[in-house]
Amino acid sequence: MEFKVTPVMPQYIVTIGLEVHAQLNTRSKMFCGCAAEYGADPNTLTCPTCLGLPGALPVLNEAAIERTVLTGIMLGCTTPPVVKWDRKNYFYPDMPKNYQISQYDLPLCLGGGVPLYDLAYPKDAQRSIANPGKVVKLTRIHLEEDVAKSTHHDRFTTIDFNRAGTPLMEIVSEPDIDSAEEAFAYLNSLRQILIYGGVSDADMEKGQLRCDVNISVRPEGQKELGAKIELKNINSMSAVRRAIKAETSRQIDCLQRGEKLIQSTRRWDDDHGETTLMRTKEDAHDYRYFPDPDLLPVHTADILARVRAHVPELPHEKRARFERDYGCSTYDAGVLASDKALASYYEDAVAADAGVSAKKLANWVINDLLGVMNDNAIAITGCPVKPEQLSALVSTVESGKISGSQAKEVFNEMFQTRRSPEDIIKAKGFEQMNDAGALETMVDQIIAGAPDKVAEVRGGNEKAMNWFTGQVMKLSQGKANPKMVSELVRKRVLG
Amino acid sequence: MSLANETLASLRRRLAAREISPADIIRDLAAAIEAKNPSVGAYLSWDVDAAVTEAEQTDTSLPLGGVPIAIKDNINVTGQPCTCGSKILAENYRSPYDATSIRQLRAGGALPFGRLNMDEFAMGSSTENSALGVTRNPWDLDRIPGGSSGGSASSVASATAIAALGSDTGGSIRQPAALCGVVGVKPTYGRVSRFGLVAFASSLDQIGTLTKTVEDSALVLNHLCGHDPLDSTSLNEPVPDFAAALGRDIKGLRIGLPKEYFISGIHPAVADAVRAAIKTLESLGARVEEISLPHTDAGVSTYYILAPAEASANLARFDGVRYGHRTANATDILDHYFSSRAEGFGPEVKRRILLGTYVLSSGYYDAYYLKAQRARTLIRRDFEEAFQKVDVIVSPTAPSPAHKMGELKNNPLQAYLEDVFTIPANLAGLPAMSVPSGFAEEGGKKLPVGIQIIGKALDEVTMLRVAHAFEQASGLSHLAP
Repeated sequence: MEFKVTPVMPQYIVTIGLEVHAQLNTRSKMFCGCAAEYGADPNTLTCPTCLGLPGALPVLNEAAIERTVLTGIMLGCTTPPVVKWDRKNYFYPDMPKNYQISQYDLPLCLGGGVPLYDLAYPKDAQRSIANPGKVVKLTRIHLEEDVAKSTHHDRFTTIDFNRAGTPLMEIVSEPDIDSAEEAFAYLNSLRQILIYGGVSDADMEKGQLRCDVNISVRPEGQKELGAKIELKNINSMSAVRRAIKAETSRQIDCLQRGEKLIQSTRRWDDDHGETTLMRTKEDAHDYRYFPDPDLLPVHTADILARVRAHVPELPHEKRARFERDYGCSTYDAGVLASDKALASYYEDAVAADAGVSAKKLANWVINDLLGVMNDNAIAITGCPVKPEQLSALVSTVESGKISGSQAKEVFNEMFQTRRSPEDIIKAKGFEQMNDAGALETMVDQIIAGAPDKVAEVRGGNEKAMNWFTGQVMKLSQGKANPKMVSELVRKRVLG
Repeated sequence: MSLANETLASLRRRLAAREISPADIIRDLAAAIEAKNPSVGAYLSWDVDAAVTEAEQTDTSLPLGGVPIAIKDNINVTGQPCTCGSKILAENYRSPYDATSIRQLRAGGALPFGRLNMDEFAMGSSTENSALGVTRNPWDLDRIPGGSSGGSASSVASATAIAALGSDTGGSIRQPAALCGVVGVKPTYGRVSRFGLVAFASSLDQIGTLTKTVEDSALVLNHLCGHDPLDSTSLNEPVPDFAAALGRDIKGLRIGLPKEYFISGIHPAVADAVRAAIKTLESLGARVEEISLPHTDAGVSTYYILAPAEASANLARFDGVRYGHRTANATDILDHYFSSRAEGFGPEVKRRILLGTYVLSSGYYDAYYLKAQRARTLIRRDFEEAFQKVDVIVSPTAPSPAHKMGELKNNPLQAYLEDVFTIPANLAGLPAMSVPSGFAEEGGKKLPVGIQIIGKALDEVTMLRVAHAFEQASGLSHLAP
């Protein structure tokens, strides 16, 4: 007898951890007084310290420590009572001293986590979130100096030391992320919190947020994690997702072919959509960390107390408040709170007019304002419509002074010309006729000219009443207050 | 008589009386250097024209107004070379900034004039590790001046400098001062800013003075010391008037003699000189007692783990990328690093970089670096306990007078033991100084020996007072070969 055995392909579990580098938005660099700016002419923001000249010494930037401690508070980390800085030794031309001042065993923040919110997932993945409400655990956050920027040319390399020594926060997650979509949501959520705290501008395209990904894959049922493989050169949010997907399938393919994966570092090539080997564990650096004798350990109690007084509202707190206080839907609150500047815009608009409907305003901001902003690729900070102007427009339409379609027209005009809604309404002649006497004259005029229609209504066809209203509106060139007109028609026709 | 032979204090009196001008001093020094530097070799470079121009603009009413001070070639002065005695910085490096110590001297009216030879990156105790020239002991030109501040000590001893700055990581001011018969002071760690001092071992390095008399050192220290926000390890403590504290008697002062420092192997002349010094101090009313610093024997090995460890990172920046020696025709970046550094550094520097890299390596860190840090704590505690009982500690500065040139060249371990008495004060961060205390006779030549006085942290005043009292009583002041 013959048995047919169908081989069962094992399922694989992917485990992901992220190391995120965030540039802090301090005015000066980490260890010297040079400006920490993006976009200046090469090598104009330098001094003996950030160029690593002989004899120059580092001095800690307190604002950078405060921003890192604030990040820790926002993410629920603990800060040890004493922290210190260490030298991480390796040679590279973008590293002026050939050691980086970083933190090894006493970093500024330990533990904590990043809560993932639904809208932080990629759009196409928001309907199938595997772990709603997940909080990705953090290992640590430490503060170090950035390196210079190398530009590779055909036969030589140029180095711009403007970036050298700018403060850099490294946020290390636990291997607690289960998919490319979660990694994306993690980065998005983290980014939002950094912006909320005002600690980093966190623009990945500008290199203010950089991310290395550690991925390991193991067959279901295996307890210990697979070989840790680190991905470098991931330069955008969408690339994070692509790189993880590609590397995950590569690793699974390897395992299915019976190959053994080894701990290594690989480079993501976004153009070709693949990773290539950079180095294996055997070539890993021995960084020879030791405490930097140029810097004294820092006691954190005073800094913590100072920073605790200035912790901003966090995105999830803002979302809840928008739902509670403004009657926003969960979705609307999520959209508004996803961008700190947008949320401020919305709140400014709400505050501009005590009588305005906050819920209606939310609809306007999300449906109308965000629509044109996206079409025109304008950020909310550069919005041509001022919050109080939008508020005034919404109030006007809500009070019935102009119609909904007129309001849309006024809004488009506001966006293009930056003029106030009042001016535009006046210029367009959209102001409604609310003069009862004048309206009555018009209603009577229509009634007098259509005795058959009057008879129809009086005969019981109430719907025919709309015909009168329509005629009055026409006669008034759309300016008559439709509510008043229909009341007048009812009164005069049914008398 | 040439103004080069005078003390700083005497020149100041004459400048204040307008008997002489700052430029007169520069010209006399220039003549002395021209005459003696070919044999002594204390200076690596000096720019007379620039110094005269600067001298004419100095304000002689300032406390150091118009006094030229020669600078060890590892302290940055704007526009001047800063070779650190190394080929890696010798070719084209000009410093773009003033060290804080230089700024403070300038603020006191002093003129930095001339660059002094040294062991490469301050690694050594003979100045024979300089890649840029030979420096000799003015008392016997066949002998070493000590080091690493050998140029500083020999310039003052040969009357080619009025006063000099040195740096002291394990004895680099005190040992050459002893061997050349001058006064050398290393203040408390953190008293003098290290900003602008090219780092050898950052937790040990300290700038100090080499002068003809104790008073001259005090006068310079008055301006050298002080808090610097650019150096995080700089101490924010008031600076007393060191010179004003001199001259008071030392009756009843308690002086400790650490028994561990009077080991066999000390040169008889050194032992005699210390014994004589103790008698002198007792005759001045000081109470001398034996004390114990039980972890003294761990000092040298602790030092030779910690200092190279720090140096291995501190010297990593010399890579030929931004400045300094760059190899020709490197094939790739690794070759660039290997060749630039192989060509630029001398053997002692390489030896210590290797040592330091080794002790910090993964798997060895705990056994070496961490253990050495613990030993350092024990050594520091030894001193804290000793200073419960005594006001200062006195010992020999170096175990022997100056060796012959080349004598220890191929015996680095023996050379490392030259610093056995001076290293502990660096490990503990304490102020320490050497004053001349007599002579040894070798081959018909007088060779100076010194005693070391170690003070409590931040108590340079008492240390200088004892040194000054001894100097006055012994008459071993302003010695010249």
